[in-house]
Amino acid sequence: MASYSTSEFRAGLKIIMDGDPYNIVENEFVKPGKGQAFNRVKIRNLRTGKVLDRNFKSGDAVEAADVSDMEFQYLYNDGEMWHFMNPENYEQLAADKTAMGDAGKWLKGEEVCIITLWNGRPLSVQAPVFATLKITHCEPGVRGDTVSGATKPATVETGATVQVPLFVNEGEIIKVDTRTGKYSARVKE
Amino acid sequence: MKIQNPLQSPVFEGGDSWRPTAGLANLRLRAELLKKIRTFFELREVLEVDTPALSRAAATDRHLASFRVESATGTRFYLHTSPEFPMKRLLAAGAGDIWQLCKVFREGEAGRLHNPEFTLIEWYRLGFDPHRLMREVQELLAELLPAASSAAEYSTYREAFQRHAYLDPFNCGKQDCMRVLQISGRHVPAESDLDHDGWLDLVAGELVYPKLGRQGLSFIYDYPASQAALARVRAGDPAVAERFEAFFRGIELANGFHELLDAAEQRRRFQADRDYRRSHGLPEVPLDENLLTALESGLPDCAGVALGLDRVLMLAAGAHSLDEVIAFPSGRA
Repeated sequence: MASYSTSEFRAGLKIIMDGDPYNIVENEFVKPGKGQAFNRVKIRNLRTGKVLDRNFKSGDAVEAADVSDMEFQYLYNDGEMWHFMNPENYEQLAADKTAMGDAGKWLKGEEVCIITLWNGRPLSVQAPVFATLKITHCEPGVRGDTVSGATKPATVETGATVQVPLFVNEGEIIKVDTRTGKYSARVKE
Repeated sequence: MKIQNPLQSPVFEGGDSWRPTAGLANLRLRAELLKKIRTFFELREVLEVDTPALSRAAATDRHLASFRVESATGTRFYLHTSPEFPMKRLLAAGAGDIWQLCKVFREGEAGRLHNPEFTLIEWYRLGFDPHRLMREVQELLAELLPAASSAAEYSTYREAFQRHAYLDPFNCGKQDCMRVLQISGRHVPAESDLDHDGWLDLVAGELVYPKLGRQGLSFIYDYPASQAALARVRAGDPAVAERFEAFFRGIELANGFHELLDAAEQRRRFQADRDYRRSHGLPEVPLDENLLTALESGLPDCAGVALGLDRVLMLAAGAHSLDEVIAFPSGRA
């Protein structure tokens, strides 16, 4: 079993706590001049996203999590699972709703996503930062209104809803920042 | 299965890693503080001394790790973790009041408030008791750190624990420490082989120390006898170590002792530390027999204190991390 000593703790290190994989978000070395040293860490559960504070006695060892990020191409959704393919060896894998999070909202097909794997199983899926999507439904545009900052809801081809500026029309193509789910720009065909 | 730690930092990072992490203004501030420190001790007629950083003996302290240096011929040296032992030899030799500014080395201590190599100011005053020395620390810090020059707060270790952690450190067990941590929403390490002082250190670090020195300086004195280190223990109920620490904005700046004069007692403590090290798989280190012989020949009654200069500088500069005041911290050294 691979493990890390507290002296190896750094932001970004992946560890196992109570059977779950965690990412170290922050690590602070705390030591009174004449006393026991501790590592005070903030860790994020890679399954649930929950952030916890933990104290470790310095020198203690913690189980390492076999977590890695890999690129996969999105294939299709069978109604329950999202299917992906490794473009290098054509190996396929499927991610469930929990692992997908919001990523599924932005996928049409063939997008290259980053999948975080834990012991070979998908833990989370990141869609490409920008999704280029056609608007399938929204209220008619207000011509010339490019400054008011007002928005209206628009449905895009994947079924997701995005707040768009008033001048945007149905049938147009827009770029969405998938990290925030926010409209980013209009794209000319 | 071996997982490669992907974040292990390489020796040479390339790019900008040749540059200092501290800005020029903070390097100038360091030079300015050094001048003030020299003036401070000169005016008080305390003699500046210089003792070796490389020593054949090492500190036995349970919570300090010395860097080991091997010469080509096989002689083993240790980088000092503080200049305390040779300075006490100078005191025993009749040097009178002495002070020193030096680099010290503590393996494994790295973080926002730690660098394995750091600058210490250490001084000894003949005939001083801890209270008189605490006042002198306050005077020095008032010059180096104007923000800390308002009225200082003095409390015993016990009072500080009672006030901030609702715990009597002299009458509590592991369960009580766990309970106060839990009530305060702090994480309690589960499978931990912490001893009583370890639990107190955890409570102190979580609940007590962060609250000290919010306005002016905060001094804590009369530590548990089990944490005496090189301080003398004053009999009583409970017996306490005549040891103090100074804090500002939750950060420990100085540690002082009413120095232990009893050579036999000192040897017993070194021996106890060695036994602890052996039973806990820590490296064994040679005792400083020169220090013990010096104590036998007679150390004058004195109090001594060590002050971490980099932290003082960090606070004076309004910086958040030591990297901002050390030109090349260990990652770039």
